[in-house]
Amino acid sequence: MSAISIQNVDVIFGKNTAKTLAMLDDGKSRHQILGDTGDTVGVHNASLEINAGEICVLMGLSGSGKSSLLRAINGLNPISRGKLLVQDGDEMVDIARCDSTTLRHMRSNRVSMVFQNFALMPWLNVLDNVAFGLDMQGMNKTDRHQKAMHQLQLVGLEQWADKLPNQLSGGMQQRVGLARAFAMDTDILLMDEPFSALDPLIRTQLQDELIELQQNMQKTIVFVSHDLDEALKIGSKIGIMESAQIIQYDTPENIVLNPATAYVQDFVAHTNPLNVLKGHALMTPVSQLPGDEFGLHLDLKQAIRLQLDQGQQLIKVTRNTTELAMQYCSPEQDIALLSRKAITITPPDIGMRRAIEIKHHTGLPLILAEQEKVLGILNDDNFYHALLGKHFNTNFESAAI
Amino acid sequence: MNWITEHKIPIGSVMEDIVDWLTDNADFIFDAISVSLEFLILNIVGFFVWLPPFVPMIATAALAWFLHRSIPLVVFVVCALLLILNLGYWQEMLETFVLVITATTISIAFGVPIGITAAHKPWLYTILRPILDLMQTIPTFVYLIPTLVLFGLGVVPGLVSTIIFAIAAPIRLTYLGISKVPSELIEAGRAFGATPFKLLYKVELPAAMPSIMAGITQCIMLSLSMVVISALVGADGLGKPVVRALNTVNISQGFEAGLAIVLVAIILDRIFKAPGAKGEG
Repeated sequence: MSAISIQNVDVIFGKNTAKTLAMLDDGKSRHQILGDTGDTVGVHNASLEINAGEICVLMGLSGSGKSSLLRAINGLNPISRGKLLVQDGDEMVDIARCDSTTLRHMRSNRVSMVFQNFALMPWLNVLDNVAFGLDMQGMNKTDRHQKAMHQLQLVGLEQWADKLPNQLSGGMQQRVGLARAFAMDTDILLMDEPFSALDPLIRTQLQDELIELQQNMQKTIVFVSHDLDEALKIGSKIGIMESAQIIQYDTPENIVLNPATAYVQDFVAHTNPLNVLKGHALMTPVSQLPGDEFGLHLDLKQAIRLQLDQGQQLIKVTRNTTELAMQYCSPEQDIALLSRKAITITPPDIGMRRAIEIKHHTGLPLILAEQEKVLGILNDDNFYHALLGKHFNTNFESAAI
Repeated sequence: MNWITEHKIPIGSVMEDIVDWLTDNADFIFDAISVSLEFLILNIVGFFVWLPPFVPMIATAALAWFLHRSIPLVVFVVCALLLILNLGYWQEMLETFVLVITATTISIAFGVPIGITAAHKPWLYTILRPILDLMQTIPTFVYLIPTLVLFGLGVVPGLVSTIIFAIAAPIRLTYLGISKVPSELIEAGRAFGATPFKLLYKVELPAAMPSIMAGITQCIMLSLSMVVISALVGADGLGKPVVRALNTVNISQGFEAGLAIVLVAIILDRIFKAPGAKGEG
C-alpha cells in the first residue's frame, strides 16, 4: 500500500473553480484560463503513488506547481478535484474530502512539514520552536520540552536551546526546522525547498545529514526542489513538473538516461550525471567490442585484449602478449588498495563516479561482470559520453528553458 | 443659484433628531452607563487619593524598573512625581491618570478584538476605515455636544469622547499587526495542526504584539491629549486648572498645570513604550 496516493488532483486558486475546471478539460492553457476566469492553475491532473520509506522529489522551475502539489498533501492548498489519499494506520484518508478535525489530526499526527525560509516563530526560543507542533497537539510543557530537547540533540543543537532563532545561522535555523518536524513523530515529512536558502556548503552538509537521518528513521519524504543535482542526490523517485503538470515520474537513473521530453533533457544536460548513473547504462557491451582472432580490443591502440569463452566467461586479459592479473573490486573496497598492474572487474551497477576513480587509479579499463559472465567494459570513451551528456537514448530538438 | 441653497440637506437636523430620539427612548441605558462608570472612576480616584503619595510614587518607579531596568528612568519618574506633588496638583494628576487608564483599558478591550476581526474579514475593515477616519478627524468639540446631552455633565462624557478619539489607534495597529503576520508563520501554524483559536493566540497575536503595543502606547497618548478638552464638560483632572487659568487669564496656574500634564505624558510614554523599541518616537 502506498503511503500517499495522488489521483488526478487539480489545485486551482481562485473563485471560478467550476469554469476553470471546464476550461482545463477543454485543453485550454494556464495563461488563457488566467485571462478568462482570473484563476491560477497550480496543479493539473497530477497522479503519483509514493511508497512508504521513499524520498519522492518534486522537481521543476518556480511556478511549475511543485510547491502547490506539496501543499495539497497536508491540505494547505485546496484540492479542487481528484483524490489525495494519505495513509493513517490501516485506512487511507482523502485529504480532499475530510473535515477540519480529521485534517488537524492528519497534520499533527501523520504529516509534518519543513519550510523554505524556516518559518520559525521569532519570539520563541529554539526549544519552544521545536516543541511548537507538540504544543499544537496539546502535549503538556514538561513532556514537550523533554521531547524537543531529545530532537535538538539529534540535530546537534542542544546548547542553543534557549537562544532565539535570529541568533542562529541559516543552517542552524533549518536544523531547528527539521527538529520541529521530526519531533511530531509523523511518518510523512513534507519538505518545501528546505535547503534552497542556504549556502552551497551548508546545503550539501544538510543533504548528507538528511540522507543519514533517513537511513535510521525510514520516513516517507516528499521533497520539493528546483535543483536537479539535489533531486538526483537524495531522491529515490523524482517527479518532474512543468506548467502545473507532472511530465515524468521515475527513478533518478531513468530520468537521466531516458528524459521524457526536451524540457527534462535540458534539465539533465545541466547536471552532473556521474553521481546517478550506473556502469551498466553506459558500458560498451561485449557484443559491440571490436576484435580479431586474438580476442576483443579494450582500447583504441589494441594493446589490451580480452578473451572470452562461449558462455562469455573470462579466460584471460593480455597486454601486448603479457597476461594481466585480474582483481575483483566489490562496492565496499577501498580503491587506493587496488593494484595498478591488474585489470579490475566490478559489478555492473557500479556508480560512474567510482568507476572513474578506479580508472584514474589503475590506468586500465574496467570490466563489468555479473556471476562470472562479462557484460561489457568501461573505458575513457564511456566516461566522456557520460560527462558530455551523450548518453540519451532519445533525441529532442533542444528546448529553450 | 438660489436652488442650491433653497433646499438645505438636513444633515444637521437629522443628527439632532437621532440624538433627541436616543435621549427620549434610550435614556435609561445612557444613564446606567453614566452612573456606573462615574461610580467606578470616582472610587478608583478616591482610593488613590486616600493612599499616601509615596505609595503610587514607589509603585510607578518599581513598574518603570521592572519594565525597563533603567536607573535614569526611575530617577526621572520619582523627581517628576515629587515636582507635581510640590506644585499641588497631586489629586488632579491622579484623576487624570485614572481617566487615561480607564479610557485606554476600554479602548483596548474593544479596539483589539475589533482590529483582529477586521484583519480576518477584509469587508469589515472596508466599512470601518471611513468611520475611523471620521472619528479621528472630526473636531473633538463636535462630539462633546451629543455625549454631553446623552451622559450629562461630569467625567463620563469626557471619558466617552476620549474613547471615541483614542480607540482608532488600537483598532488600526492591531489590524495592521495581524494582517502583516508573515504568511509563512500562519502556514507553519496550520501545517502543525493548529485550531483557529490556537493559531490566533500562539501565532498571530505574538507575531503582531509589537504593533499592538505601539497601538496601546498611542492610545494612551491620545487619551492624555483629550484631558484638557474633557475638562470643558466637567471631567476632573489636570485639564480643570488649565481651563480655569484660561478663564481667569492666570499665567502661573496655566503654566504649572501645563507642566504637570507634560510630565505625566512623558512618564506614561517612557513606561509603556515597548522595551527594546527605544529608538522610535
